[in-house]
Amino acid sequence: MLLRTEELSRAFGGVAAVDAVSIGFGAGAVHALIGPNGAGKTTLLNLLCGIYRPTRGRILFDGRDLTGRPTHEYAAAGIGRTFQNLQVFFNMSALENVMAGRHLLEPCGLAAAALRLRARVREERACRLESEALLDFVGLAAWRDAPADAMPYGALKRLEIARALAAKPKLLLLDEPAAGLNPVETAEIDQLIQSLVTRRVTVVLVEHNMKLVMGVSQHVLVLDYGRVLAEGEPAAVRNDPRVIEAYLGAEPAHA
Amino acid sequence: MSAQFLQYLFAGLTIGAIYALVALGFAIIYNASQVINFAQGEFVMAGGMATVWLANAGWPLPVAIGAAVALAALLGLALEKFAVEPARGAPVVTLIIITIGASILLRGLAMLVWDKNVHALPAFSGDAPIRIGGATVLPQSLWVLGATLVIVVLLAAFFNRTLLGKALLATSHNRLAAQLCGISVRRVLLVAFGLSAALGAVAGILVAPITFTTWDVGVMLGLKGFAAAILGGMGSGAGAVLGGLVLGIAEAMGAGYVSSAYKDVIAFLVILGVLMFLPGGLLGARASERV
Amino acid sequence: MRGRGLALLALAVLALPLALPNKYAYEVAILIGLNALVCVGLNLLIGYAGQISLGHAGFFGLGAYGSAILAARYGWPTPLSLPAAVAGVALLAWLVGRPVLRLRGHHLAMATLGLGVIVSIVIATEDRVTGGPDGMSVPPLAAFGVALAGETAWYWAVGALLVGTVWLARNFIDSPRGRALRALHGSEIAAEMVGIDSARHKLDAFVLSAALAALAGGLTAHYSGFITPARAAFLHSIELVTMVVFGGMASTFGAVVGAAALTLLPQILTALKEYEMVVFGAVLMLTMIFMPRGLVPTLEKALAAANRRAV
Repeated sequence: MLLRTEELSRAFGGVAAVDAVSIGFGAGAVHALIGPNGAGKTTLLNLLCGIYRPTRGRILFDGRDLTGRPTHEYAAAGIGRTFQNLQVFFNMSALENVMAGRHLLEPCGLAAAALRLRARVREERACRLESEALLDFVGLAAWRDAPADAMPYGALKRLEIARALAAKPKLLLLDEPAAGLNPVETAEIDQLIQSLVTRRVTVVLVEHNMKLVMGVSQHVLVLDYGRVLAEGEPAAVRNDPRVIEAYLGAEPAHA
Repeated sequence: MSAQFLQYLFAGLTIGAIYALVALGFAIIYNASQVINFAQGEFVMAGGMATVWLANAGWPLPVAIGAAVALAALLGLALEKFAVEPARGAPVVTLIIITIGASILLRGLAMLVWDKNVHALPAFSGDAPIRIGGATVLPQSLWVLGATLVIVVLLAAFFNRTLLGKALLATSHNRLAAQLCGISVRRVLLVAFGLSAALGAVAGILVAPITFTTWDVGVMLGLKGFAAAILGGMGSGAGAVLGGLVLGIAEAMGAGYVSSAYKDVIAFLVILGVLMFLPGGLLGARASERV
Repeated sequence: MRGRGLALLALAVLALPLALPNKYAYEVAILIGLNALVCVGLNLLIGYAGQISLGHAGFFGLGAYGSAILAARYGWPTPLSLPAAVAGVALLAWLVGRPVLRLRGHHLAMATLGLGVIVSIVIATEDRVTGGPDGMSVPPLAAFGVALAGETAWYWAVGALLVGTVWLARNFIDSPRGRALRALHGSEIAAEMVGIDSARHKLDAFVLSAALAALAGGLTAHYSGFITPARAAFLHSIELVTMVVFGGMASTFGAVVGAAALTLLPQILTALKEYEMVVFGAVLMLTMIFMPRGLVPTLEKALAAANRRAV
């Protein structure tokens, strides 16, 4: 198990948004996290990447206990994430966004930065080339030097993925990557996610688009009222009566 | 001991009420427009100075006061119309610098139109000190406290009972939604600036008999009013009033019991202390960012 | 714009003396250079890292008084007192910065404002050490019996220091550390999520800008031979922030231009005597209304648009 939680809980006031969730995500697969609105998916995602601290329980990643550590330590451990409400660096260009994403790979001393030492210049060039390659990978080569605030919504969603990949994460959490995209763009995201697996990135996907979820993932987790309702392969979960009831309401009694 | 304490308390409440009025001005403008109006102190100054001038020119005091408040309100409207509105899409920092420019402009005008001297306003009902529980209290202090109370009650009624007041509140919560409900944001902003300027002017007039008034009295008063607004939590009128009173009392107690030279240091240390533990201010919402 | 901007600045510094007619003009130029020094640092904090400080005059004043007191009252040689004062201020900024930078927006503005006011009041009140509201005299910068004196010598010293600092600042901004600052300004949460320790980087920008302010303060003190508490006061902090915003935020050259413009303007307006403040306020307002992003970014955009039309 690459990522494992034990009795993970997060309450806001008296409300338990996530309640004693114990789950595991294996490496090398695409996992999906689904559930009706308000089920606690985004809260769980925020817990898994260290943006929220759990009120109870533990998170173990790659053998390390990350519970309660600051967010940037989750990133340093190898977790990356994209955001449902875009958190693009709108004050920079697309390329600079991705270059900023490489932060963990470029330790940079103050003196080296200020004095522009030869080694730094070489590193900077390498950073630029690798970032350009990532932009190509997600299909944004044309937007390379464009200011991020001039880019369309679909492109920005892909930019976030490129930025998250820049740090070479072991686990990538995608928060509704297909939200607001038309079918063509959704198919592109589908392909992108599948190619991530060949890059040996484990993916955890929060999505409402069932077609995408069923098509791309190997393991599906259903949340409802902050608890795990069902878990398993897509086909099994789709036909689980409890899942159907949670999404659609109980079957009316037959007269 | 307790008579002394009462004395300091009254002094603190008095100056605290002034800070509360100035703080309310900051809060109203901030809520309507996200702008920190650095010219707020100059409205305070305009109120006091204009009243002095008109009173010295022979106008009866109540009329002079009314005219001065009206003048300040006009200045507030002018600031909104000619400086804030044209810069409508600009980053907030730019708007703040514009208000800083306005503050310099207004101070320069005050020097030109009036003068650089310190002026006193006669106390509204005489200087004979009143004894309350062993403490010596100026009658003007009672005017300050009474007027502030009345104003706060009127403002609460305005915001909660009138359509215009509710429009102001709505705009502060969500500008776009307010516009979609047919609220004219432009009118709301004008009202906000005019109202804040009037509040500032009233504060300046109330305090002028106690601390005198001069062309740059607005700098420190504006600063303290801003501090009081933040202390209370910028989003809230009740916070502004509470912040003002707490600041005033902290200052008076500091001056009385510790050191008069360091009274402002103590006051600011109190504010820093509060912000460290309650980053949103005393009554500020503990908002978390939705991701 | 990179290398060209720096070359332009160096050229300006080299060529300016040809246009300076008298000692007074040199004084103004030196003052511009010293203000620009503070603004370059403050711009790192406000423009790039997206934070705010309304108390930086406090650091300026502490640098000035620190070096002055060590040299005048304790007899330290000035080549020691100045770096010591700067180091002391950097340490103070580091200690104070960590808790203060947890605040955001106008709360951070208030906290830095409060700290600045506290510093200026302490300086004005402790008159046994600082000479009180009337200020104190400051020995000149001297090493091995040779003093840095005279307008020309100071002009070249400050000019060289400014060009050097701008070079260092630009390198910093184009490095991963600079990108980290800009990232946390763009979205602090997303920055954390790529591994940027936003608290640490904010603190870096805060300490660097404080050190630069202290350096400029110390140099100002030694140059003028005199220092007053007004240099640490709230109004001076506001002046500094205004220069940064006026020149253009997230632009090192903007900081220099802003410092130059708002140091020169009052000098020019003195001719208007009692109308000086009114006109100054009006100019400030009008410029910000018509150039909301500041002087340099607006001019850069206009230049780029003109270039495109010419093609």
